[in-house]
Amino acid sequence: MPEIRYYEAVQQALAEEMARDPRVFVLGEDVGLVGGTFRATEGLMAEFGARRVRDTPIAEAGIIGVSMGAAMTGLRPVAELMTLNFGIVAMDQIINHVSKARYMFGGQVNLPMVIRAAAGGGTQKGAQHSHSIESWFVNAPGIRVVLPSTPYDLKGLLKTAIRSEDPVLFIEHEMLYNMKGEVPDEEYLLPFGVADIKRRGRDVTIVAWSRMVHEALRAAEQLSAEGIEAEIVDPRTLDPLDIDTILRSVMRTRRAVVVEEGWRNVGVGAELSSRIHEALFYELEAPVQRVAAADVPTPYASNLEKLALPDAQRIVDAVLKITL
Amino acid sequence: MAITAADQITMYRNMVLVRRFEEGVAEAYADGFIGGFTHLYIGQEAVATGSITALNHDDYAIGTYRVHAHALVRGSSARSLMAELYGRSTGVCKGKGGSMHFFDAQRYFLGGYGIVGGNLPIGVGVALSMQMQNRDAVVMNFFGDGASNQGVFHEALNMAKLWNLPVIFVCENNFYGIGTDVRTSSAFNEIHKKAQGYGIPGHVVNGMDVLAVREMCEELVRYARQGGGPVLLEARCYRYQGHSMTDAGKYRSVAEAELWRKRDPIPRLAKSMLEAGIVDAARLEAIQTEANEIVTDAMQFAEASPRPAPEALYEDLYVEDARA
Repeated sequence: MPEIRYYEAVQQALAEEMARDPRVFVLGEDVGLVGGTFRATEGLMAEFGARRVRDTPIAEAGIIGVSMGAAMTGLRPVAELMTLNFGIVAMDQIINHVSKARYMFGGQVNLPMVIRAAAGGGTQKGAQHSHSIESWFVNAPGIRVVLPSTPYDLKGLLKTAIRSEDPVLFIEHEMLYNMKGEVPDEEYLLPFGVADIKRRGRDVTIVAWSRMVHEALRAAEQLSAEGIEAEIVDPRTLDPLDIDTILRSVMRTRRAVVVEEGWRNVGVGAELSSRIHEALFYELEAPVQRVAAADVPTPYASNLEKLALPDAQRIVDAVLKITL
Repeated sequence: MAITAADQITMYRNMVLVRRFEEGVAEAYADGFIGGFTHLYIGQEAVATGSITALNHDDYAIGTYRVHAHALVRGSSARSLMAELYGRSTGVCKGKGGSMHFFDAQRYFLGGYGIVGGNLPIGVGVALSMQMQNRDAVVMNFFGDGASNQGVFHEALNMAKLWNLPVIFVCENNFYGIGTDVRTSSAFNEIHKKAQGYGIPGHVVNGMDVLAVREMCEELVRYARQGGGPVLLEARCYRYQGHSMTDAGKYRSVAEAELWRKRDPIPRLAKSMLEAGIVDAARLEAIQTEANEIVTDAMQFAEASPRPAPEALYEDLYVEDARA
């Protein structure tokens, strides 16, 4: 299988879906002429023209509102917010409008739209450019939330997102854009709500998504050297959530660690931990552990940032706490 | 261009129906049949009537949280709207939207939105969608004086002009954002002139004169449909009631309210039609009787309609069922 980078997987998915369906179009800041801050839309304007690859003003709420109006009336917009940090400016449109419309209008309207945004920290971008805030959106019903960890997952999930009749928030990780991975030449789609087991193991289940999958894999190598085999479950989509696969894994391992790059306080990890406890309390050998970011704005200084964000060592420590 | 006698009668019927509908709503609210927030349109009838009747059936209208009139004039049945207010399954949104969230896809009415200014970029997206699909429909995008101070108002105007979209922004300037006078909230309160900052033509019309509104809107709709780009109309009007059913409107003087009531759009049109010999007094009486009957029937229908079934709680959220 050919290897491509994560950002190239975005390009391929967008180009294939735009070629397949004339209703699909891309809009956002710097998506056209520049080809995207992370090169994710490179080449699209040359191939599909400025009408379907539309540069917009820096007006995030406007971009989302415009996308919603277009999605309501026959088009399939893929809006890029550049980064999810800027998406906070558009929270009203995303939460009050996009995620509410179908339900509050009694099912009269579909919103087949995708909001793509880069997220995450780890490269000293400071407090306002390092958010991992998927929990905010998972908390709100009405919008799907997807967080691919590999080029393969990204391409298959983005194509599914574009074909979905429901609104999708598609969160890419800034540190993964240059990561390479195998992606087949032939077309494929990956379903929402189906977790992927990234590593098999019998002793502990580690649930992780996006960049944290790779930290978990590094942690698993270290643990393996000590005789502990970790199973890594990547839910890939947090809404819908494949809780069954997570529970089945924990049923076997009887121990679980939930890892997220976002803040610990009321994070996705808190929800998953609670769901595991509710379902498997009497099967567990130890309480579910959470590994998450320190509850502070992400600091700039590299040593402090490293302390703030979860990493492989933190995951190893959490596993050892419940396996020794 | 003169407005035909038939059109004048239609507009009169619409205004009388809206007035009577809103009076019925106030009664039903007082009797406990309607909950939550309900914003009445009494006094402003000429604006929705004169503007929306200038649209083709497949043009779009999108509005705010004060939208009972807009849906009625667009052609939604009084029954379906009243049932929505009563929270019944026969409501236009199956009882899930309520007063602020009327939506009628069949009548190209794309909703009422409860966040001030929130609909403005959505309406622009609808217009973008029309342009990209080479459809010649236009969008009438309603907002209040208060919304002209919101960020998305400026984002929406900018994008509409940037892409030369067929949007008619209709500002219903009733001079109060809830209880705050426009002179207290807006540095520059000639709202139609705010359009100039975006190179958009701005017009002002007496919003208590339905013929003037209609004449102006026919011109603006023609302009937008022929590719002229966006336009903005400020219709100066007055709501007789408070902002919502729970607002007594004590921030306004009795003298001011009296002054505006003398400009009431319904007797004004009645007088001019009588003078022109378009109708006689008996015909006007019959129109009033007809409106009374429609609203009485709608209230009986709503009261007799079933509440949504408990199963409806989880319906209409997503199109595509997920695993979890």
